[in-house]
Amino acid sequence: MSILVNKDTKVIVQGFTGGEGTFHAEQCMDYGTNIVGGVTPNKGGQEHLGKPVFNTVAEAVAATGATVSMVFVPPAFVADAVMEAADAGIELAVIITEGAPVRDMMYAKMYATKKGMKTIGPNCPGIITAEECKIGIMPGNIFKKGNVGLISKSGTLTYEGANQVCTEGFGISTAVGIGGDPIIGLSYLQLLPMFEADPETEAIVMIGEIGGDLEIQAAKYIKENITKPVVAFIAGQTAPKGKRMGHAGAIVSGSAGTAKEKMEALEAAGVKVVVSPAEIGKAVKEVLSK
Amino acid sequence: MNVHEYQAKQIFAEYGVPTPKGKVAHSVEEAVENAKELGGPIWVVKAQIHAGGRGLGGGVKLAKSLDEVKELAEEILGMTLVTHQTGPEGKLVQKVYIEDGADIKDEYYLGIVLDRAKEMPVIMASTEGGMEIEKVAEETPEKIVKVAVDPTIGFQGFHGRELVFGLGITDKQEQRKFIDFASKLFKIYMDKDVELIEINPLIRTGSGDFLALDGKMGFDDSALFRHPDIEAMRDISEEDSDEREASEYGLSYISLDGEIGCMVNGAGLAMGTMDTINYVGGTPANFLDVGGKANAETVAKGFEIILKNPKVKSIFVNIFGGIVRCDRIANGILEATKLVDVHVPVIVRLDGTNAPEAAEILKNANIDNVIAATDLLDGAKKAVAAAKGEL
Ligand SMILES: Nc1ncnc2c1ncn2[C@@H]1O[C@H](COP(=O)(O)OP(=O)(O)OP(=O)(O)O)[C@@H](O)[C@H]1O
Ligand SMILES: [Mg+2]
Repeated sequence: MSILVNKDTKVIVQGFTGGEGTFHAEQCMDYGTNIVGGVTPNKGGQEHLGKPVFNTVAEAVAATGATVSMVFVPPAFVADAVMEAADAGIELAVIITEGAPVRDMMYAKMYATKKGMKTIGPNCPGIITAEECKIGIMPGNIFKKGNVGLISKSGTLTYEGANQVCTEGFGISTAVGIGGDPIIGLSYLQLLPMFEADPETEAIVMIGEIGGDLEIQAAKYIKENITKPVVAFIAGQTAPKGKRMGHAGAIVSGSAGTAKEKMEALEAAGVKVVVSPAEIGKAVKEVLSK
Repeated sequence: MNVHEYQAKQIFAEYGVPTPKGKVAHSVEEAVENAKELGGPIWVVKAQIHAGGRGLGGGVKLAKSLDEVKELAEEILGMTLVTHQTGPEGKLVQKVYIEDGADIKDEYYLGIVLDRAKEMPVIMASTEGGMEIEKVAEETPEKIVKVAVDPTIGFQGFHGRELVFGLGITDKQEQRKFIDFASKLFKIYMDKDVELIEINPLIRTGSGDFLALDGKMGFDDSALFRHPDIEAMRDISEEDSDEREASEYGLSYISLDGEIGCMVNGAGLAMGTMDTINYVGGTPANFLDVGGKANAETVAKGFEIILKNPKVKSIFVNIFGGIVRCDRIANGILEATKLVDVHVPVIVRLDGTNAPEAAEILKNANIDNVIAATDLLDGAKKAVAAAKGEL
């Protein structure tokens, strides 16, 4: 078991034949991901990486039965691509693209929700079910199979966290990089119950950032609904106020969204909060050996 | 990207959002010219910097004669204005806005930002204009009316009614004017990919008109590609030169007060690295995200920018090699130390794909001030020790 994706998941790639799309689709296939084709307008009928290319997502879905799309479309067109996926009946779009205009994503997310399509990202490393299915740009080799679920706003902190968990002798069930943009798809609130329900997952690592209040909402949810142990780290305790830290979402406005506030809320919810990402592995070991 | 008040007001004018008449000036002579053109009898001389709180800092002053305009322009142009938003170093004033003095009866606040929880824009309005809105939000949150607008239906009459009834505007004429004002502002917010729009104060004049006396706007950097008119408003003298230079190389840099330079891949890990330095008793000198392409050139540029800061006593390079292999990064770092004179200890932590090979490369290179670390915590500790001269 795992959440959202596994070895049987049929995946198409939007932006399949571009540089990024090609490179990462190949890496995903090497990892074992069941990529069944891709979409690039005007390249329909061709073959790429041994898989069929389609002009539209609708055609790709009809021909392959794909349920998940990995999106590598450039920022100016990514919202269009996401809405096309939703329209074609895709169930989950994993949006890797960085630099998507916020307004575009606002519309795309609304349409996806209306069509019942889940989204992950944008501006994220993607999702990986260890040793089964990698949909994204993370280095697959550091994710060993195991019983820890991971949710992270930050890409490299996902790797850092997963690596520590594995170094301590544990492993990952599924890891989801949710991205740190102002508008994102699946977040803690949707993913926490999935991990709670997943029999394979025994502990959850949650990596957050300054800005917004998703972690505060998550804390409330955890307190009331999550029985599995949760370890959390919030990046940006030393970040200056009001300054942008690479992620458009990581803006501290006034008192709302500070690392301190989030850490306190999580602690009050019974979460094991670490002050440095260097402590994630140890903390997981601690909660799992209780 | 942020713009000046006078630029925000240009955009307001394009959309028919009422503002007092005004004109920007770069010199005292121009300021007086502008004042003559406006005609008076009362003018306001306003420092143009990318920060709020100018009034309290002495950057917004009233003039009752052309001589006074001249005096005030002389005083304000070239001054270093310190406000609660500029930091203690303040900002050099290079432009002033000369504006018609307005007849202020009431001061309101009006702003539009994205409500991340609702995932749609929210219009915030308050009768407590002129005050810091954060304070109002904290102390008397009931005095802020919030109206979220679903962009798929746009600004409707009911949104406007919620605003005016919430603010206690009862005169029908005034209601109509205020609703028109808010709806135009919402249109600007959507059309121009605005991140934040804020008018404080928005005033009601003695004759019952609403005017934007101030205008702060920030735009979504990711959408600037479709707004050449906004991009043309960029004032690079308002941006930190090191931050800008870094961005030209695809690096994201922000300077801080501490002693330990940081070079990291990924914004989250970069913040996590700063937090770890703090955790082991050190102080980070900067945030620097080298992104996905940590090669010799970008690393060299990173060193160069970090070392411009004389406070830096050691550098912590923390890279989690994913798709980019660590051995390549190790070679890049070695090459970078040849391109730039790195006179402080450099602690290097490389983890991820091909990390053992990378460690070998660094060891064999045998450069005095390049010290390998085994993991994040070890690296942070070594960087702190090195900054204290204890390594
Ligand atoms: N055209 C004008 N006519 C009369 N008074 C004005 C005018 N423009 C500004 N003022 C007065 O000066 C004060 C400060 O101006 P403004 O709000 O533009 O600058 P600010 O102090 O930088 O703003 P903030 O504090 O919101 O960051 C206003 O609250 C208002 O009372
Ligand atoms: Mg103001």
